[in-house]
Amino acid sequence: MSSETTNAHADAGHGEHETMTKKRIWRVFWILTAITCVEFTIALLIAPHLRPALHVMVNPIYIVLTLFKAYFIVAFFMHLKFEKVGLALAIIVPILFIIGLILVLTNESHYWIDLRL
Amino acid sequence: MSTAVAQPVDEVKSTPWSGGRSPFDVEYGKMMMWFFLLSDAFTFSTLLISYGALRFSAPTWPAPSLVFQSFPGLIESGAPLVFVGLMTFILIMSSVTMVLAVEAGHRNAKKEVVRWMLFTILGGFMFLGCQALEWTHLHGEGFWWGHVPTKEVMQEFFKAGIPLSQQTMTSHQFANLFFTITGFHGFHVFSGVIINIIITINVLVGTYAKRGSYLMVEKVGLYWHFVDLVWVFVFTFFYLV
Repeated sequence: MSSETTNAHADAGHGEHETMTKKRIWRVFWILTAITCVEFTIALLIAPHLRPALHVMVNPIYIVLTLFKAYFIVAFFMHLKFEKVGLALAIIVPILFIIGLILVLTNESHYWIDLRL
Repeated sequence: MSTAVAQPVDEVKSTPWSGGRSPFDVEYGKMMMWFFLLSDAFTFSTLLISYGALRFSAPTWPAPSLVFQSFPGLIESGAPLVFVGLMTFILIMSSVTMVLAVEAGHRNAKKEVVRWMLFTILGGFMFLGCQALEWTHLHGEGFWWGHVPTKEVMQEFFKAGIPLSQQTMTSHQFANLFFTITGFHGFHVFSGVIINIIITINVLVGTYAKRGSYLMVEKVGLYWHFVDLVWVFVFTFFYLV
């Protein structure tokens, strides 16, 4: 067996997996909890008192915070950050189709509302 | 771990893409779990995007802060988001115990794996219990697939001055979408709990200790985190937006 292959085995077995330590797990937990608390603060304390002009800002903020949470779950809990780039791309790039569907249907639904009224 | 077959020394095969070793460097089952989760992400996306499209195209919508303002069994009204906050916390917490089980698996610490897996299963059951309470509460108010509350009850979920026909139409859409999407998610949680139980039994009888690797815990962990991930989106789009 070549030394290269042996190294690859050793890496797969130990090196990469040890990047997710207990300390790191709890740090991600606190980040997720903190983001959720921020969402609650906005929903319960800030949003009800905003002027309508500023109120349109609220939903995009929720979506950005949600995407942050999604990133932390996928990258650290699901370990994707520590996998090979090829695997990460194979999972993330097809998500572009979902973005496409979102764009098409949000656009379309603005026409539907005219049909309904 | 790696599916690469031992090759004779070959200078040409020096990059991950020129053969000789696995380019993704993950075990087959784990890679298939990722691809399954990708397909499941598409399924949930189509559900959530249809919800978004119907809601965008609706002239009005039942206000989440008015529909979800009870803590079943404790507070009848006036506590928006508190109960779903608890559900979110339970699910994030069970995700943490799951990843701790995976971490213990890497150290081949059987007892720790079992302990964290049991906490994860407990979290799953608690979440399902909360969801049952939430569904019962909404059903008690009159929401169900194809059913909306009476005129008097329904009025409380809308701003003043919205015509009854619009209230009935969007309440129907809300009820169908809410029960379908949270139901599909709850079904995932339920299957996740069942799979977690099976894996825990396997850990207990020493299947993975014999195998020398707790990779199965990692694979079921991926599924469990995905369920948590979907909830993050369901939470935002049903309860916050």
